[in-house]
Amino acid sequence: MNSAPEPVFEAPWHAQLFALTVHLNEAGHFHWPDWAERFSATLARHGTSKDLNGGDDYFTAWLETLEELLTHIALTEPAAVEQMRAAWEQAYLTTEHGKPVMLGSAAAPERTVKP
Amino acid sequence: MPHDHHDHDHPHTLLPPDPALRVKALETILTEKGLIHPAALDAIIDTYEHKIGPRNGARVVARAWSDPEFLQALRDNATKILDEMGYSGRQGEHMVVVENTAQTHNMVVCTLCSCYPWPLLGIPPGWYKSDAYRARAVREPRAVLADFGVALPEGTAVRVWDSTAEIRYLVLPMRPEGSEGLGEEALMELVTRDSMIGTGLAQAPV
Repeated sequence: MNSAPEPVFEAPWHAQLFALTVHLNEAGHFHWPDWAERFSATLARHGTSKDLNGGDDYFTAWLETLEELLTHIALTEPAAVEQMRAAWEQAYLTTEHGKPVMLGSAAAPERTVKP
Repeated sequence: MPHDHHDHDHPHTLLPPDPALRVKALETILTEKGLIHPAALDAIIDTYEHKIGPRNGARVVARAWSDPEFLQALRDNATKILDEMGYSGRQGEHMVVVENTAQTHNMVVCTLCSCYPWPLLGIPPGWYKSDAYRARAVREPRAVLADFGVALPEGTAVRVWDSTAEIRYLVLPMRPEGSEGLGEEALMELVTRDSMIGTGLAQAPV
């Protein structure tokens, strides 16, 4: 091989997002051609404003597509996702460096723990 | 921004980028609803990072170079024979193998998104997903090939195949000169990822 090996995924969240999408597809929540059609539309929309480099911006478009698709098939709601995102942000900001980051009840007071 | 107000005496954990937090949010919600299992996500990542990659495709190419019956089976119904080898399209797509010859060089792109034969080549490289490649591969394939250091003879035509969610292509590169008598394992070493996308050629044996 004449080139150095490239990492399969450039960032951990790319890998998580990829796996999440593949898992949901394999569990039958949507068909792959539907996914590809939506993703193509997102890429086309993003690409009109700038040239996408196939890295972070590619997976940003992927994430936007998945968020919209999950809303469309009623698996998640945008407000709940935003609330959870904020809760994770809070958890990171209040966790001392080196400690595991966990969602605290104070960070997400609206959540109830089911038995 | 909350980031500006934290106590610098107790440095907090580095805040991941916003998209990473959004992915975590989706994961948490879907896990709580019982729709996904974090262990299944880990297994998928492990598979694509460690088990699936261009070695799979290289095995197919090396076998096609060595075994005329296998080559014929690939031509007749690639999806079926690859399925038998365990290289099934997880998203239900069909596989088509396109053969390079002295007359025709094949190159694969996905102009709309980034459809790619995952079971054979793993996750596509960044350039395959870039707007630049997706747009230029069709418009000026020879210039793209030149960027990859591939110069084809004047008389060789370039054919570009546009992948879709339903059909994925694998390029069968020409067997390099000087590889006569090599076994499948040795042949596999000559088959680069790019040679199976069509942006490279198989390497000559050293």
